[in-house]
Amino acid sequence: MSSVEPILQIKDLRTSFFIDRGEVKAVDGVTLDVPKGKTLGVVGESGCGKSVMALSILQLLEEPGKIVGGEILFNNVNLLQKSEKEMRDIRGNNISMIFQEPMTSLNPVYTIGEQISESYRVHQNMGKKDAYQKSLEMLRLVGIPSPEKRLHQYPYELSGGMRQRVMIAMALACRPDLLVADEPTTALDVTIQAQILELIKDLQTKLHMSVIIITHDLGIVAETCDRVAVMYCGNIVEQADAEELFERPRHPYTAGLFNSLPRHDQEKEELEAILGYVPSPIEMPQGCRFSPRCSYAEEICRQQNPDLKTLDNTRAVRCWIYSDGWKGSKEVAYHG
Amino acid sequence: MDSALETMDNKELLKVENLKVYFPIKGGFLGRTVNHVKAVDGISFSVFEGETVSLVGESGCGKSTAGRAILRLEQPTAGEVYYKGVNLTSLNKKEMRSTRKHLQIIFQDPFASINPRQTVIQVLEEALLIQNIVPSGQHRQRALELLDTVGLKEHQADRYPHEFSGGQRQRIGIARALSLNPNLIICDEAVSALDVSIRAQILNLLKRLQKEFQLTYLFISHDLGVVRHISDRVIVMYLGRIMEVADKKSLFEQARHPYTKALLSAIPVLRPSQKRERIVLTGDVPSSLDPPEGCRFHTRCPYAQDICKTEVPELRSAGEMKEGHQAACHFFEDIYAEAAG
Repeated sequence: MSSVEPILQIKDLRTSFFIDRGEVKAVDGVTLDVPKGKTLGVVGESGCGKSVMALSILQLLEEPGKIVGGEILFNNVNLLQKSEKEMRDIRGNNISMIFQEPMTSLNPVYTIGEQISESYRVHQNMGKKDAYQKSLEMLRLVGIPSPEKRLHQYPYELSGGMRQRVMIAMALACRPDLLVADEPTTALDVTIQAQILELIKDLQTKLHMSVIIITHDLGIVAETCDRVAVMYCGNIVEQADAEELFERPRHPYTAGLFNSLPRHDQEKEELEAILGYVPSPIEMPQGCRFSPRCSYAEEICRQQNPDLKTLDNTRAVRCWIYSDGWKGSKEVAYHG
Repeated sequence: MDSALETMDNKELLKVENLKVYFPIKGGFLGRTVNHVKAVDGISFSVFEGETVSLVGESGCGKSTAGRAILRLEQPTAGEVYYKGVNLTSLNKKEMRSTRKHLQIIFQDPFASINPRQTVIQVLEEALLIQNIVPSGQHRQRALELLDTVGLKEHQADRYPHEFSGGQRQRIGIARALSLNPNLIICDEAVSALDVSIRAQILNLLKRLQKEFQLTYLFISHDLGVVRHISDRVIVMYLGRIMEVADKKSLFEQARHPYTKALLSAIPVLRPSQKRERIVLTGDVPSSLDPPEGCRFHTRCPYAQDICKTEVPELRSAGEMKEGHQAACHFFEDIYAEAAG
């Protein structure tokens, strides 16, 4: 699909939660590639399964969540066939993850220095002194002022932006090949968000990493990502290079998202909202999941979920509009 | 936009004068007050009938505290709040309660402010009962009308709050605020927790209701995209003070204050191909426990000079700035000229 060789390939991934009321298919057949050295954005609204997908990559799901099918190929090796011990080696060393709220992911009773150096001591069997030295370097790399002092402080003594920098330092300590960032700036103010996004971009170039950014914010995707996957109700509905996607979204949901945003360069009296609400995961609609809210929907959409169809070399869309039998209009309105 | 301003008969609905809200920090041996968090530190502004004024700023700038202090949900430390000429800070509890029906508030998470053991219709009927707006026999009828106004169906009236999604709950919060026929509604991050597609629905609803019921909004938000869509005028706050105030067009196109400029440039644009020059501010927002002397922004300002560290800049206007456009910066003329030239 993409010209660059992928570092990570997800094939037909299915992750479900088994609860009393039945099976919730949070991720229901996701297929995507992360090109080497590039940034993939996974965008969608709350409940679309984007975070569950991220946790599935690192197999960090907790009961009652379970991966029920598919493959996750990291450098052509299927991670789903690894033992828990092997996965522990991969986490941090090869693939790292950062989360939305750094305060809850940092341990409040250990100093920053102890927490970063733990990565080195566990993964690289380094001595205490060397590990501290390395941690200091990491803090410097992520742009924390007076790092010598910070090394001996506790998480509560740092601001939200600083904590996120510490999280990034920890995640990148062992120079992973892939960083999974789940809503890394959602809890931060815009001026701090700008700092953190610049930092991630900067480090990506310096360390030749691939990055997956999970977000609900289309603005962040536009500014930081090379490739984008749009998720809705556990499915990927559209996948394309960022520039093309923002130039011309093809799926009615993607177009609807763009149209419903207030724009900085356009005056609009009324926003074009998408009708209705995201369906409950327990009562998924028949056929295409977006069909109850889609203004283009026809009979077939309500009966059968379409496949993700490759349109040209770089774009894939899950929508009946692009099938051969479609009688209606093939133009999806977008006021970009 | 311009026409909206002109047709508005500039009737002052709300006037805030030198409002201060300090929270004491207790500590030490005898639990004495050792310091204050200066959440709001001397702000003045007016809101005219029928307009939407936004208070924007990052977390901790005091925008929400200001909104709450106007309703006296937070006791102001100093300053006055006039609603239609009446000084709210001088009213007693009873008088304030009856005035509050004209001034309503919608919160970010209505779920946290709605009794989970009451059905939607009970929530609405209770508000009507307390403020005694319509005769008691008509409460249910009126409550159903309100639900219809905000786009909820009659069959949902007897459900409990947890049975609704975030967007629907926000509709309930709006219905409750509307139930007392208010003039002014303070929207405190009212759409911040909502997903993009739902946020657009609620913003449209707020705009429609404003027209239908001649509402005035004080819109508190950190989201400049939303603010640009909904406001007539915008007030930018930083660490408890007003940095800049202007009509929407002037603020988004001709911002004078370096902080406003940085804030605007930090909004991601939707076109990957149009990468812009971004002003990335260094450092964090200082604590409002111990705010910087002089201009509050000087510790992060790329243009700061010695005078900024000692002297507080006043809100002022200059040159060809549009009427009502003011900025609090010693050097905004030079900075603006440099950027333009």
